[in-house]
Amino acid sequence: MAAPVKLTIDGKAVEAAPGTLVIDAAKLVGINIPSFCYYEGLTLQAACRMCLVEVEKAPKLLAACTLPVAEGMVVRTETPVVAEARKYTLEFLLTNHPLDCPVCDKGGECELQDMVFRYGAGESRYSENKLHVDEKQWSPVVFYDGPRCILCFRCVRICSEGMGVGALGIVNRGAVSEIAPNHGDHLECDECGMCIDICPVGALTSGTYRYKTRPWEMDHVGTICTHCSNGCKTTLGVRNGQIIRGNNRDRSGINGEFLCIKGRYGFDFTDHPERLQSPLMRVNGKLEAASWSVALAAVAKKFSEVRARHGSFGVIGSTHTTNEENYYLQKFARSVLGTNHIDHHRSGDVVTLLDALSGTAGSLSTTADLYERKAVLVVGADLSSQQPFLAFQIRANYRHHQARVYVVTENEVREDGIAAATVRVDKGGELAGVHSLAEKLKTESELVIVFGDSIKGEAVRELVAFGNSLGIPVKYVALVDYSNSRGALDMGLVPELLPGYQPSNQPGMTVGEMLESESLEVLWVVGANPLESAAMKAKDAFVVVQEMFLTETAQRADIVLPAASAYEKTGTVTNVTGEVQRLKTGPSTMGAKPDLEIIGLIARDMGLAAAVGPWIADKVFEEIRATVKGYSVPMAIISAGGAAHTMPVNGRIPVESRPDLIHSSRDNLFTSGTLGRYSKMLGSVMEGRQA
Amino acid sequence: MTLSPHLEAKFAKLLTSYPPGRQRSAMIPMLMFAQDELGQVTQELVEEVARRIGCTPLQVEEVLTYYSMLHKKPLGKYHVQICTNISCMLTGGAELWEHASGKLRIGHREVAADGFFSLEEVECIGACSWAPAIQVNYDFHHHVTPEKLDRLLAGLRSANAV
Ligand code: SF4
Ligand code: SF4
Ligand code: SF4
Ligand code: FES
Ligand code: FES
Repeated sequence: MAAPVKLTIDGKAVEAAPGTLVIDAAKLVGINIPSFCYYEGLTLQAACRMCLVEVEKAPKLLAACTLPVAEGMVVRTETPVVAEARKYTLEFLLTNHPLDCPVCDKGGECELQDMVFRYGAGESRYSENKLHVDEKQWSPVVFYDGPRCILCFRCVRICSEGMGVGALGIVNRGAVSEIAPNHGDHLECDECGMCIDICPVGALTSGTYRYKTRPWEMDHVGTICTHCSNGCKTTLGVRNGQIIRGNNRDRSGINGEFLCIKGRYGFDFTDHPERLQSPLMRVNGKLEAASWSVALAAVAKKFSEVRARHGSFGVIGSTHTTNEENYYLQKFARSVLGTNHIDHHRSGDVVTLLDALSGTAGSLSTTADLYERKAVLVVGADLSSQQPFLAFQIRANYRHHQARVYVVTENEVREDGIAAATVRVDKGGELAGVHSLAEKLKTESELVIVFGDSIKGEAVRELVAFGNSLGIPVKYVALVDYSNSRGALDMGLVPELLPGYQPSNQPGMTVGEMLESESLEVLWVVGANPLESAAMKAKDAFVVVQEMFLTETAQRADIVLPAASAYEKTGTVTNVTGEVQRLKTGPSTMGAKPDLEIIGLIARDMGLAAAVGPWIADKVFEEIRATVKGYSVPMAIISAGGAAHTMPVNGRIPVESRPDLIHSSRDNLFTSGTLGRYSKMLGSVMEGRQA
Repeated sequence: MTLSPHLEAKFAKLLTSYPPGRQRSAMIPMLMFAQDELGQVTQELVEEVARRIGCTPLQVEEVLTYYSMLHKKPLGKYHVQICTNISCMLTGGAELWEHASGKLRIGHREVAADGFFSLEEVECIGACSWAPAIQVNYDFHHHVTPEKLDRLLAGLRSANAV
C-alpha cells in the first residue's frame, strides 16, 4: 500500500489512499458532499455540478466527485460561495422541472427536493413556459416522466454497468434530452427496477408502487426475499397489512441495493385473490371451508390413529419454509410420527460437496467472496438468469477489481461478456470443459467455483479434486434453487440425513418413492407441490397439505391448512452459500398461519406438544444453534439483521447423496416455481412470456 | 442490410482506421457516409452500424439524436441550410430564412412536396466572414441575398430538369 495522502476538509485532517476522490475522502470524516450524478460503485459522470467545493489555491470551484485527493489539499465544502453555486445549479435543474412535489411519487424521499430545501432555490427567475413532454410507460414495471429527469445518468449506468443489460440511453440534446429505452417505445430487459430505485427524483417510477401511497405512511420491514436461493434482503413497505413495495434503498444486507424483479416486485402473491384464508376439508368429495379448530382436530385424529397402528406416513417439506419450520417438521416426523419417510425437492448436490471438502477449512464461498476473490469459475449455470444476485456480485467484482471470470456452459450466458475465457460444452461435458481450463486457472492466485446441477455425485468429487490440483486456495458454491433449499438440506429434510448432515441410518422413502408407494396411508405436504408434475399411486391415502394456494397438490388434499408466506412470519433461512438470515413479519393474511404454528398445533391436538417443544421460532432456533452442526452462529449477527455463515463441513458424510434425485427447476428471472404463478407482476412482463 | 459496394468499401476502411478496440469511433463517419447515399439514417442502418462496431442500436441512437447533421427523416435532394446565428443574423440571415421558407413553403427540417429541396435553420457554419452564409448539401454560398438565393434555387432546378 502506498502511503496515505494527507489533506484537510472543512478543517478536519483526513488521510486517504492515493487516488481517493475528495467526495469519498470527505465521507471518512462524516462530511457528506451533495451529489446527484456521483454514485458509489458506478463510473464517474461529472454531469450535475452539485458537488462543487472550494479548494485552496484553485482558481474556481471544483467537482469533488472527480477530484482525487492531493497532499496538503485544503477543501471547504460548505462556504457561502459553494452554497451559492449549488443554489444556482438547482435553479437550472428546476427551470423545466415540474414543481408539483405534493403529487409527485417521489415526494418525501426525493434527493432534489432535499437539496432545494437545503440550499433554498425557492424562487425562480425563469418566466418562460416550462417544456413539457408526457409521461411514458416502457413496460409493466418501468414508467418515465421526462420533465422530472435531471439527467444524472444513474439509471443508464446501473443498467449497463450493474446489470450488464444496457437497456437505457440518453437521446437528443440540451433541454430536450431524455432517457430512452432500448426498443424505441418500450423496454426489453431484466425488469429489475434497479433504474427506478436509483433515480434521485420522480422521473422513473414503478408500475407496482406509483401513486399508491406516501413513503411515510408505510412501515419498512427488512426481510429476506422468498424466491431464489440467493438470499437478498428486501425492505417491504407495508401499509394497512398490505405490502406496497419492495426495495433495498438502505443498501443493508448482503445484496446492498441489488434486487431482481422477484425480490423487488414479486411480493404480490401475498394478496393474490386465490390466496387461501380458511382451512378446507373434503366433504362428499369436495373441498369445503372449515374452521381451524375442526380442521386441526381432524388432522390430529387421523395422525393419532395411523400412528397408533404404526401405519405409513410420508412427509414432504418445502424449499421456502424457514429453518425452524423444517427442523420442527422433521423432528415431528421422526420422533412423533416415527417415520423416516421425509424428503423435499433437491436441486443441488450440497451433500457430496460437503463430504468432498471434509477435513478442509475455508472452502465454502460466501456471496461476498464472489465480489472479492480474484477469479471465479462458473460451471453449468446461467447465473444472470437463474442466480441473479450471484451474477451481480461477479459483474461488480469484474468492474471494481478486474476479477477474471471463467465460464463453462452449454449455451451463451451474460457472463461471457466479461469472461477471461469461455468454454462451450455439450450437455454432460462440463467437467471436461473445466479440465481444459487447468493451465489458465493455475496462473490465478485464488478461485471460487460455482456449479449447477449438471455437476453432481462423482462429478462433484472430481471437481474438488480438480480444485485441489490447482495448487491455489479454492472455494465452492453448489447452486440450489429456492430461498431455503439449502436450509431444507441442512435441517435434514431427507430420509438419509438428520439435521447437520448426520446420517439417519434408517430406511426412508424419497419424494418419488412416496408418490409411487401404494401402501402409503398419510401424505403430509408442507409448502411443496409434488403433484404438479407427478401422480400419486396410493389412491386412498389421507393427504394433508399446508399451502398458500390451491395448488395441484392441495387440490388432491383431504385437508388443506392455509399457510402464511415467508413475508408473514419470523424465523431464519439459509441462502445458497450457507448464510443464515432472519425473516421479519411484514403484513399478515387473515386466516393463514405460519407453518411452524400449524405443526405445533397439530402436535398439541395430538396431545404430544411436549415431544416437539414450543412452536416459537426463536426457541426452535436456539435448539438449532445448540444441536445442528455448523449452526452455532453468533446470535448478535442474526439479531441485527446480518448474515452469518454456517460451517456445516467437516467429518465425512457417510451416505449416498442420491444424485439421481437432484434436479434444478432452472427458474429464470421471471419464473419462481409454483409461487411465481401467483405473482401478477412476474406474469405481466413480456420477457417472462417469451422465456 | 446490403450496402452499395462504395459504402461497403468505406465502412471496411473505417473499421481499420482506429486502434483495435476503438471501432466505435467509426460510428459518426459511417452514419454520415451512409446518410449521403441513402438520404437519411434508417432504423436498419442504425442496427447495421451497431452490429459492425459492436455496440447497441440504442448507443447509435444516442449519438444520432445528439448531432443535428444526422437525420432520421429523409432530406430533399438539395438540403438548404441557412445560418441565423449572430453574424448572419446581423447581416440579413433571418430575412433570408423567412424568404426561403416562404418561397419553398416549408419550415425548419421540412422537405418540399416534390422531395427536391429541404430546409434547415442552422447555427454558425463557420463562414461568418462572408455572412450571411448558407450551405446546400456540402457546398457553401457566401454573402447571400434573397435574389441570389432565388437564382441559386432556380439554377439547381433547371440543372436537374429532364
Ligand atoms: S429495469 Fe433493470 S434491466 Fe430494465 S432498464 Fe431498468 S435497470 Fe435496466
Ligand atoms: S431518469 Fe432519474 S436516474 Fe435516470 S437520468 Fe433521469 S433523473 Fe437520473
Ligand atoms: S436474486 Fe434471488 S433472492 Fe435476490 S431478489 Fe432475486 S429472487 Fe430474490
Ligand atoms: S456529483 Fe459531481 S458533478 Fe455530479
Ligand atoms: S454566424 Fe453564420 S456562419 Fe457564423
